[in-house]
Amino acid sequence: MSLTEIAANTRPWLDPDAQPFISIRGITKRFGDVAAVDDVSLDIFQGELFCLLGGSGCGKSTLLRMLAGFETPTEGQILIDGQDMARVPADKRPTNMMFQSYALFPHMSVEKNVAYGLLREGKSKAEAMQRAAEMLRMVKLESFAKRKPHQLSGGQRQRVALARALIKQPKLLLLDEPLGALDKKLREETQFELIRIQESLGVTFIVVTHDQDEAMTLATRIGVMSDGVIQQVGEPREIYETPKSRFVADFIGSVNLFDGRVGPAAADFMRVDTDDLGPVSVPPVRGLTQGQQVWLALRPERITLTRERPANARDGVMGMVEDVGYVGHLSSYRVRLPGGRVISVTQSNRLRDEDPITWDEEVFISWTPASLRVLTQ
Amino acid sequence: MDTGVFAGADPMTAQVTADPWVPIRRLALLTFGLLWVFAATGFLVIDVSAQVAGTLKLLSASVLLILLVNEVTDRLGWSRRWLVIAVPMLWLLVFFLVPFIVLGRISLAEPMIARPPYSPLWDWGRDGALQIIASLDNFRFLLSDALYRNAYLSSIKVAGISTVFALLAGYPIAYYIARSPEPRRSVLLLLVILPFWTSFLLRVYAWIGFLRRDGVINNVLTWAGVIDEPLVMMQTDFAVYIGIVYTYLPFMILPLYANLVKLDDALLEAAGDLGASPTVTFLTVTLPLSMPGIIAGSMLVFIPAIGEYVIPALLGGPDTLMIGRVLWDEFFSSRDWPVASAVAIVMLVLVVLPIMWLQSVQNREASQ
Repeated sequence: MSLTEIAANTRPWLDPDAQPFISIRGITKRFGDVAAVDDVSLDIFQGELFCLLGGSGCGKSTLLRMLAGFETPTEGQILIDGQDMARVPADKRPTNMMFQSYALFPHMSVEKNVAYGLLREGKSKAEAMQRAAEMLRMVKLESFAKRKPHQLSGGQRQRVALARALIKQPKLLLLDEPLGALDKKLREETQFELIRIQESLGVTFIVVTHDQDEAMTLATRIGVMSDGVIQQVGEPREIYETPKSRFVADFIGSVNLFDGRVGPAAADFMRVDTDDLGPVSVPPVRGLTQGQQVWLALRPERITLTRERPANARDGVMGMVEDVGYVGHLSSYRVRLPGGRVISVTQSNRLRDEDPITWDEEVFISWTPASLRVLTQ
Repeated sequence: MDTGVFAGADPMTAQVTADPWVPIRRLALLTFGLLWVFAATGFLVIDVSAQVAGTLKLLSASVLLILLVNEVTDRLGWSRRWLVIAVPMLWLLVFFLVPFIVLGRISLAEPMIARPPYSPLWDWGRDGALQIIASLDNFRFLLSDALYRNAYLSSIKVAGISTVFALLAGYPIAYYIARSPEPRRSVLLLLVILPFWTSFLLRVYAWIGFLRRDGVINNVLTWAGVIDEPLVMMQTDFAVYIGIVYTYLPFMILPLYANLVKLDDALLEAAGDLGASPTVTFLTVTLPLSMPGIIAGSMLVFIPAIGEYVIPALLGGPDTLMIGRVLWDEFFSSRDWPVASAVAIVMLVLVVLPIMWLQSVQNREASQ
């Protein structure tokens, strides 16, 4: 098997012939006059861990609830494994959902919560309880089987909710802010636990989250949503490195955006004239005309701050350090450019006893042309 | 002696800390004490009317009581937090416990043609010895006469059946109100409470207009050709059930509503998501979670329905035997207060014991 084949198997979205597992076609959901989800089309493949990322009110939860069957689309079609879901009620769908509030039944013990789905399928009580015990072992809660949900911690409840949602071995698991209620440390641990479970069961996950770090860590692909529209779909690296729009660049991580106009182009670089940085060189981009309005995106960590102008620097400007924040593994700077604009810069603190750049220092700000991303929208 | 950081909690230091109010309180205690003594003995410097003196006496006695409680609790080092609960406790004592004791005492007496119509608790015999006149004869009488047993059983039956029907009617209404969006929900709740603004007696009377031989129901059914002969509804148990369910329905709806409105939509969605049809979701999630509301609503209907007097008197027939009616007859027709008191006490025990048992079960479940 060649390398490209392996790549295509683990990344089916690169293969134009691959059959999507979930096909969302032109889905719109209107509440009154407001379109919560506006003509969204999306293909998700078997075994993916797909993250819908967006701020509150962007329509990501509504999209998830339409997949689960709790909301009826105003327009459009949802296919799961080739089957149209239009007439299938929530209780007949091959999907299960993990709720943001976990929605554990407060009057049932943990094991009864987990077994609930199997009992509704008509499985015998003994079988359901045995499977529930297996699921609880998977989420490492076997000793809590007889407890009631209110006797568990937030992290334990989250795992019960996961076990309950997975016991019917759904083809598709929908997770609404699965880690939202956990504290930071627990959230980081649970992220990898979630990936482990997803990979070992081979279930397709669709995760809704507003937390970009969570999306970046978990996802095979991310769909960035705003105003009911999917702005960009791609692998985490793709979304971060090659955002298609100012919105995506700004939403994922932090970024400095500069207005500019396309200048003359050469074979290996193109000039862009900006107000704040002056004329800068960028890698050539096809399909741009001279004088066209563009935006340059520059990530804070791609900028180098030095006291002297480095010998190999191609472009750069002088600036004044306004503010320094020491985070530990890195320091973040606010640097004022000659034109008055303040940009953010991060520098990693690799050496323990280096003499760090500090407040009110004159610094030289430089970057490589390849770290600039040209955006047209 | 340890004079560390906890010095403030030290009893010695606490005594030293002077309360600036203490001398003022002592002075007030003395003043009101004297005032009360003077008012009580009528030895007032100025000549005042009896009403003013009486008011003064009551007022100074109240203030004196408060000051004394303050003084005593201070001396003994007691917390005064229990005073907060003392007011409702006093209320219950005066208006519930004392009448109950009076009732209990009457139930042990013998009926007499006198005023009041029962024998005194004690008497001086001919030889001047103290005699206590108390017997359980009235209770024995209740057991021996089938009328009372039947009345109790029939009351429990009528109240029980009415409660079931009130639940069947009230649950969907409460559910609908709880699931309604906000502006409509308030209106519906108002409509549930609205009947309370007219007289209960009038509303029960109004039912006679519906149920009687040439009443609304019979007229409509005859006009529609459903029946040839008018239905006999008045003066039957059926009319009593209608009256009780109608009257007590809000008491069923309100606690159920209060419970159902808290029900989290996500739980219903979760059940549906896990494969439960709407019916199964209701049976496995909604119904068990609304059990506290069902119990509270049923209690609020069942308990007053057991002792109901007006509804069976107005709508029921001569066969409708309910304990409230027996009670009325004993008190006012037979003027047998001791037997009537015994009837009331037995009824109280019959109602209170199941509730206490139910509450202990609930507490045990809650603490699990």
